[in-house]
Amino acid sequence: MAGLWDKTKAYLESRFELSAIREFAGKKKVPEHKRSFWYFFGGICLFLFIIQVLTGILLLLYYTPSVDAAHESIQFIMSQVKFGWLIRSVHSWTANILVGVIFIHMFSSFFLKAYRPPRELTWITGFLLLVLFLAFGFSGYLLPWNELSFFATRVGTDIAGVVPLFGKALKTFILGGPDVSGATLTRFFWLHVAVLPAFALLIMGIHVILVQTLGMSKPIGIGEAKEISFFPDFILKDSLGWLIILAVVGAVCVFLPWEVGPKADPFASTPLGIKPEWYFTFMFTTLKLVPAHIFTVEGELLAVMGFMLGGLLLMLVPFLDRRAAREKRSPVFTAFGLAVLVYIIVMTGLTYLAPNIGK
Amino acid sequence: MPVKSSLREMKRRRRLLLSVFLFISMPLSVWAQKNSCLDCHLQMDDVLKAPAEGFAADVHKQFGLGCEDCHGGDPAQDDVELAKDRSFKGSPERAKIPEFCGSCHSDSAVMRKFNPNLRVDQLVLYWTSRHGQLLKEGDASGAVCTDCHGVHGIQPANFPKSQVFPWNIPQTCGRCHSNADTMKAYGISVRQVDDYKQSVHARALFEKKDLSAPACNDCHGNHGAAPPEVTSIAFVCRQCHSSAGDLFSRSPHKEAFDALGMSECEACHGNHKIISPADEMLAGGKNDICLQCHDAGTEPHQTGLEIKRRLDDFVASSEASGKLLTSAESKGIEVSEAKFKLQDSLSSLVLARNLTHGLSLPEIERSLGDGAKILAEVKVSGEAALREAKFRRSGLIIATAFIILLALALYLKIRDLQRSPKHQR
Repeated sequence: MAGLWDKTKAYLESRFELSAIREFAGKKKVPEHKRSFWYFFGGICLFLFIIQVLTGILLLLYYTPSVDAAHESIQFIMSQVKFGWLIRSVHSWTANILVGVIFIHMFSSFFLKAYRPPRELTWITGFLLLVLFLAFGFSGYLLPWNELSFFATRVGTDIAGVVPLFGKALKTFILGGPDVSGATLTRFFWLHVAVLPAFALLIMGIHVILVQTLGMSKPIGIGEAKEISFFPDFILKDSLGWLIILAVVGAVCVFLPWEVGPKADPFASTPLGIKPEWYFTFMFTTLKLVPAHIFTVEGELLAVMGFMLGGLLLMLVPFLDRRAAREKRSPVFTAFGLAVLVYIIVMTGLTYLAPNIGK
Repeated sequence: MPVKSSLREMKRRRRLLLSVFLFISMPLSVWAQKNSCLDCHLQMDDVLKAPAEGFAADVHKQFGLGCEDCHGGDPAQDDVELAKDRSFKGSPERAKIPEFCGSCHSDSAVMRKFNPNLRVDQLVLYWTSRHGQLLKEGDASGAVCTDCHGVHGIQPANFPKSQVFPWNIPQTCGRCHSNADTMKAYGISVRQVDDYKQSVHARALFEKKDLSAPACNDCHGNHGAAPPEVTSIAFVCRQCHSSAGDLFSRSPHKEAFDALGMSECEACHGNHKIISPADEMLAGGKNDICLQCHDAGTEPHQTGLEIKRRLDDFVASSEASGKLLTSAESKGIEVSEAKFKLQDSLSSLVLARNLTHGLSLPEIERSLGDGAKILAEVKVSGEAALREAKFRRSGLIIATAFIILLALALYLKIRDLQRSPKHQR
């Protein structure tokens, strides 16, 4: 038996150079300090993504992406398929938790100034992953073809239509026509299960390789920090976090399974209080609050341009924060990040606490 | 060069011709549109100004008619005396209004020019109505066309702001019929409109905006409005409730009602204040209407009690199944298909309730029996859903316990590693 094991190891070793990987993992260290708690959110994102992939693949067994059958297939999954309710609820809940954890991971990395050289590309790929997962959420939300998702998609694509110059063309491209229809469902499905996963895997691969090769960033001012080995110390701690998340997701899915909702009726009038998924609500409420015209420019146009500029600044922050690049504290950028965070929290809160605010 | 100059000359002549044409045609067109009736009346006091103002939104104006088409005269004249020429009719006396309007509205040749779909028998019907008869008898307080349709501001009947649009009719009729002073002379109650507003019909019309729900004219007629005779009430109700009417005609009640000269539907449901029918109206209910004719304990009343008992049993069973589904749904189980079935079973109840008009217990039982089979399936689904909820919770407890154990083991391992001399270094 031992002979077979040794032979297998030797076979694999000669082809994959496993000893090099083992050696790398054995030498790899992770800094440990009072803020190293935030490191774990990256691992949680990865864990939730793996759950997304697995549950998504299982949902594909029964989901049918057509106007006539999408809602019915989801209803079938939720009521007839053995453990279908669990798979779908886990998929929907973890998708939402994942977006939330990505935000936490991004802001914690921002405040720890983890984007400092040489980790600019780690930050940029991370930012691109946030955009990709927002697109995942947006496209996935429509797939059950229920009333809420149908009208929320209409509201969401209206925002895209405001983008200057190519807004209308972009909206038509996203929708596959002038309004949400069967064509929209088909392309959202195509985007959700083919295009976005391909890009996500590519960028996530680069992101993880960069994290592994460059290691975790230490916050400014922490010189010689204690280090723990990546394997097994850090991995075990990470796994503990994953287990806690798994227990929480399980409980949420049993007590609050993701609802199916009534089937979308394109001819029905928009229900009152319709809003997009929670992670888009800060933009949605801003568009509701912004005046129709600011000077001579359309308010909505200015707001959308503001979001685009804000996103661009956030992505390029490693190149803008020169003080941090010199290992000096940069309170201006910390204040900027804090302002963005407070803005997102306040606007999201207003969406739910004062739904009738604005237009 | 000569070609260019001739082109310029041609353009110059064209401009000159256009100027001459405009110079001549402008005053002509102003003269053609002149309406001295409106010009003068719009400058007068309220009473004389109102017709001119109201006419702007009048349906007749929309069809291109002017003041002179009803009142005669020559609106092209500036002088009042000349405008009121021999053709001038002025405003008609109240008693002559029906004939005044009827001169066009009863003439199919005239009406065809404007609206070939509009009926031309309104005047004939009007003279058969109670209003028309009063007028014939010399009582000018009987309603005439303008009382219901308005005057100088008349809207088509299908226009929602029209006084005769379905949801405005009760108010239009009520202007006279809810007025105690007006109705005193005729000995007519003034409660009809108030009663109607509490009825199931009014709720459908006003709250659900269901234009097929009856207003006053649907039962009493419009131009030929008159109270329906006792013998004809059943036919009036059957216009919409044909199924209930057919069942009643087959029931033992039909012969008895006919013999006693009783109105059919109205005897149990009332007339203007027709409230939502409920099981409580059946024998043994809170509003037992059977007791109006049958003493308690008699055989017909006992049959009524039996019918109500069957209906009550079905309702109780349906509510119990509904509770099962609600409970399962609150526990997160998808039960929409079972809920759909429950809804389906209720159609048997609706049918059975309608069958009470026929008083046939076997027919009611058959209908409820069909529903009961569906209810039994719903009950099974509801119980299965509750079992599923229990299974999920048990599964969660086991899975969570396993995860906690695993997490605990991990925690101990991590602590162990942290205490190891290698980690201390």
